[in-house]
Amino acid sequence: MLDKNGIAKRIAKEVKDGFYVNLGIGIPTLVANFVRDDIEVEFQSENGVLGMGPFPFEGEEDADIINAGKQTITTLPGASFFDSAMSFSMIRGQHVHLTILGAMEVAENGDIANWKIPGKMVKGMGGAMDLVASAENIIVAMMHTNRAGESKLLKKCSLPLTGVGCVKKIVTNMAVLEVTDQGFKLLERAPGVSVEDIKNATEGTLIINGDIPEMDI
Amino acid sequence: MIKKTVNTVQEALDGVEDNMTFMLGGFGLSGIPENAIAELVKRNVKNVTCISNNAGVDDFGLGLLLQKKQIKKMVSSYVGENDEFERQMLSGELDVELIPQGTLAERCRAAQAGFPAIYTPAGYGTEVAEGKETREFDGKMYVLEHAFKAHFAFVKAWKGDEAGNLIFKGTARNFNPVMCGAAKITVAEVEELVPAGELDPNQIHIPGIFVQRIFKGETFEKRIEQRTVRPKK
Repeated sequence: MLDKNGIAKRIAKEVKDGFYVNLGIGIPTLVANFVRDDIEVEFQSENGVLGMGPFPFEGEEDADIINAGKQTITTLPGASFFDSAMSFSMIRGQHVHLTILGAMEVAENGDIANWKIPGKMVKGMGGAMDLVASAENIIVAMMHTNRAGESKLLKKCSLPLTGVGCVKKIVTNMAVLEVTDQGFKLLERAPGVSVEDIKNATEGTLIINGDIPEMDI
Repeated sequence: MIKKTVNTVQEALDGVEDNMTFMLGGFGLSGIPENAIAELVKRNVKNVTCISNNAGVDDFGLGLLLQKKQIKKMVSSYVGENDEFERQMLSGELDVELIPQGTLAERCRAAQAGFPAIYTPAGYGTEVAEGKETREFDGKMYVLEHAFKAHFAFVKAWKGDEAGNLIFKGTARNFNPVMCGAAKITVAEVEELVPAGELDPNQIHIPGIFVQRIFKGETFEKRIEQRTVRPKK
């Protein structure tokens, strides 16, 4: 079973040379730590920066330079700042190659829910609806089950949707799965996790073809 | 040169009344019009609608107006990190319209640019699109979203000149440029106000035509919401 860093490490393998990438808050943010350093990648944050760098050294924080999680950041050579409309032009206009975000639920048809729990959590969708409605390449980073042990990979989402039929790939603490017309296709299993474990933790239709390899991380 | 400078925040907010709709720039606490917000608190205008990506935190930004129950309705994309907001929303005291962040930006820009509405893919098939017109273009579905209408836009820039030209800094730019000229009156507060001719016209982010009043903010606290650092090696 993977921890959050393990999930991020596996997703980092999906980040290719020349990609502009938008990372969501939570596990996706960790992906930047594991991207190979022999490839060129630029990270976009929807509040208006392309070419995000690491956190600043203590004492060098700037209130005017933050990421979408409102954390102080730095920029790398080649970085740029822009307004919110231009930022979402990059996103809706499909200039960003890869979007990695978290989810509360994913359905076997690629529907995603991650912005609202009626009566309980009302923080809002931020940029998530724009991202999932537009991106060609969306990877969801999440735990396979919720705190109550219930599957987050469902036949149908129970929570209000963020987007319809948009998720292509899911990396959880247990598995890598692809969303297909028939359901969740199991591609890889996490170290120490059996196909049987994944079956038990997946409510939606799971497609298992032949031997499922263990993740190489 | 058409001069846009006013001397004080009081003068800048002349004409602000109860029941009005305001746009306020900023992302989190970065690039918010701190001086205009402080003046709105002081004037105690009531029943206002605020279009702003976020709602501040409990004791800063728009959170200050929420504390005094001055806001009737918030139009935002993300409102976490604010307990008083959550309390007022769940109790029904505060009307809240949550919309996708890109849609928020584009509804401002549409107002600025003279478009009555725009089509966006964001929110299609979700509760955000309920009751709205949808249309198919090239096999994909889009939602019709209308331009905002507001009485005042309050924005914050880094530098500005007497002509109302603005330059923003870093990610404090965010929603500020798209709100300029998107309301009947745009009020810009800046950290540095210089005479016309001192800013390089090549470097202007927002031309003064979109700004009606500009003033130098008395103070800028520029609070950091999430101070994240790495140790020095």
